[in-house]
Amino acid sequence: MPSLKDLKNRIASVKNTRKITKAMQMVAAAKLRRAQEAAVAARPYAERMNSVMAGLAAGVGQSASAPRLLSGTGSDKVQLLVVMTSERGLCGGFNSTIVRMARAKINELLGAGKTVKILTVGKKGREQLRREFGQYFVGHVDLTEVKRVGYANAQGIARDVLARFEAGECDVVTLFYNRFQSVISQIPTELQIIPAKFEGGAVSSLYDYEPGEEAILADLLPRGVATQVFTALLENGASEQGARMSAMDNATRNAGDMINKLTTQYNRSRQAAITTELIEIIAGAEAL
Amino acid sequence: MAGTLQFDLVSPERRLASLAASEVQIPGADGDLTAMEGHAPTITTLRPGVLKVASSEGVKSFVVTGGFAEITATGVSVLAERAVPVEELTAALVDQLVADATEATTVGADKDSADKIVADLAAMRTAAGF
Repeated sequence: MPSLKDLKNRIASVKNTRKITKAMQMVAAAKLRRAQEAAVAARPYAERMNSVMAGLAAGVGQSASAPRLLSGTGSDKVQLLVVMTSERGLCGGFNSTIVRMARAKINELLGAGKTVKILTVGKKGREQLRREFGQYFVGHVDLTEVKRVGYANAQGIARDVLARFEAGECDVVTLFYNRFQSVISQIPTELQIIPAKFEGGAVSSLYDYEPGEEAILADLLPRGVATQVFTALLENGASEQGARMSAMDNATRNAGDMINKLTTQYNRSRQAAITTELIEIIAGAEAL
Repeated sequence: MAGTLQFDLVSPERRLASLAASEVQIPGADGDLTAMEGHAPTITTLRPGVLKVASSEGVKSFVVTGGFAEITATGVSVLAERAVPVEELTAALVDQLVADATEATTVGADKDSADKIVADLAAMRTAAGF
């Protein structure tokens, strides 16, 4: 049975915890709004880019001279996985869901006899994957210092990935990130960026291309990779804040429940102490 | 006066402009071109340069560094990797762009095209008045 003083201290400490989680929740809510705005602002560019490239790819894709970024290297032996996670913890299952998905994929690829290379973005995922797959790491992108993810960050990652592809270090590149659905639901997503895949894409032969179709496509594909990385980064950013917000909301509620429980216990023990004292006094008085 | 066409300028991070324009001058990779209403549908890549949009509110200029433009009979959408309104352009920013491009000439395998970008940027700098 904890003493009254212990209980009092305990209540004070849980109250402090509640204040912290509450503050974190509010910070996450503010950041989430900003992250969502950024994701919405980036959408028109990504959509246009995608539709133009889909049209071009449908036109050029079949020819033998199609760029390698589109047609692939003809092999899928070496797989590069780009695993995007957060830089900070305390965001519920956010990192674990991505890591779980990546891990399943890695095991599947290894089982099929492929070579796996892992590029991590964000240190939380790196920590979780290191124990098991540390020997496959080929690089890490640190965004700890980045306050606000910009296109330049995405370009950096894309350049790194493209350089590896050009150097023949990998055949297939896949992104892992969380797609933002709502504050309580983020969907871990796997997206193959090289060789590029496009949905739909009717041949849009009505356009004049200047310079030629293939030259444009060769120019656009690297940009497309950067755009996809950027979209993924933004979605991930919004998801992280959403996950953190709901995790902190839960934590705040749990702390509240705990305070109630502890307060009840505190009041009971106080009452018990008073009753004991009273009984002692009365018993003493009767004995006289 | 000819009709107008819908002009959109988007960069990866935000939409910079969306307005009804009477003509748009685009720095295409193969040379400048001006799009007006009824232009043949064209897709062209951009070189670094100055993009001019004429509308009923006057002429607006943007500095773009690369990307592509999609022209249809009724509209122009420019997807620029980086786009800055000329009024917001500073000498420091131009220097930064030139420095980035120059760096690319030393590390990139494709020296010719990187050199061309640097040259284009220098031309753009004169055109923008820095």
